[in-house]
Amino acid sequence: MNKTVKNADEAIKDIGDNTTLMLGGFGLCGIPENCITALVKKGVKGLTCISNNAGVDDFGIGLMLKTRQVKKMISSYVGENAEFERQLLSGELEVELIPQGTLATRCLASGYGMPAVFTPAGVGTEVAIGKETRKFMVDGEEKEFLMEMAFESDFAIVKAWKGDTHGNLIFHETARNFNPMMAMAGKITIAEVEELVEAGQLEPDQIHTPGIYVHCIFQGSNYEKRIEQRTVRKK
Amino acid sequence: MLDKVGIAKRIAKEIKDGYYVNLGIGIPTLVANYIPQGMNVVLQSENGLLGMGPFPFEGEEDSDLINAGKQTITTVAGSAFFDSAMSFGMIRSRKVDLTILGAMEVSDNGDIANWKIPGKMVKGMGGAMDLVASAKNIIVAMQHVNKAGESKLLPKCELPLTGVCCVKKIVTELAVLDVTPEGFKLLERAPGVSVEEIKNATLGRLIIEGDIPEMIID
Repeated sequence: MNKTVKNADEAIKDIGDNTTLMLGGFGLCGIPENCITALVKKGVKGLTCISNNAGVDDFGIGLMLKTRQVKKMISSYVGENAEFERQLLSGELEVELIPQGTLATRCLASGYGMPAVFTPAGVGTEVAIGKETRKFMVDGEEKEFLMEMAFESDFAIVKAWKGDTHGNLIFHETARNFNPMMAMAGKITIAEVEELVEAGQLEPDQIHTPGIYVHCIFQGSNYEKRIEQRTVRKK
Repeated sequence: MLDKVGIAKRIAKEIKDGYYVNLGIGIPTLVANYIPQGMNVVLQSENGLLGMGPFPFEGEEDSDLINAGKQTITTVAGSAFFDSAMSFGMIRSRKVDLTILGAMEVSDNGDIANWKIPGKMVKGMGGAMDLVASAKNIIVAMQHVNKAGESKLLPKCELPLTGVCCVKKIVTELAVLDVTPEGFKLLERAPGVSVEEIKNATLGRLIIEGDIPEMIID
């Protein structure tokens, strides 16, 4: 059950052109930095990326946008990236904006083996166009819901704090965000971790993502963990 | 007329002891600074935190600990982390008592637009659509008129909608208004603002009944 690979290059070696990838993270928090660097180096093209955000111009998924490796982004918020906006307005990049909870839940549905979920997010808005709707009684009130399909993704790439050789993962603080659901949703899931230990060294009670969802794991290096909005108060 | 801090202070008065509250980006974030001392309120950040604390002290920033606006923050006693699916689970299942967010436009039936200006701004809705579709109580913090002096409280939103019939209350630099089936109901005037000024700044249906008191901020 040893799922360890040497590094990011080895972890992503099967990712080819025109594949669909999920990438964990919220803003620049909890993103798989090592795998993004490796994907840029490998130069795979025509990617569809499912990720809450699109990084910034010179970090995160922004690096893959700069090299024109991304054909389509499926995200909830992309406001921090000028190159992204330029490619979108010029029609070079296809973008599907979806509500953040819908994004999370479509990952979750995939990992739970459910083909679709119903959510009230987006009812009556342009998000609902072309989607099947259904009414359900909730708290004694009839309410309309949109049917949203589980994602199908060739690969999911996630970042965890700690992991073991079986692929069990523990996340840290708000760097958890989309990572656990995406780990569950990939046909193949790649996990990069800050600290990789032997199976048996993590407390089973503390595991957030059981190793069954993870296909390969490696200990990353040189984490920058860049802060997007540094806000502080004086002592 | 209120400034941003004034709007935040007035909204803080709507928060009750024991509330779980989600604060949006901008003026709503400021509301956290004016929650009365001693009141038990837990702030939810939809990227996966209950119990959001103040900004960290200089030098103590933690890149793994941010809020939904991507700002570095801290935890408080009793904080809990969770993933994004659970975060929107607690929002959808109405565990969050109050959502405070900004808006570009609100219509007199409670529709809200705050995520897109076609051809101009393409940032995305983030968690706003999920929040407005499910929240028990939504208070909007916004400017009454835009920079051109045009009303943002309309009979019908012109921008793409974020949600329909969901806004319950609005606090602007001029007034506090409830959204009722009959339209915007004027509850309070900002200090020094007349009912006439509010009338002129409101395009949607406006209900004015009796004397409208001036709001008390501090």
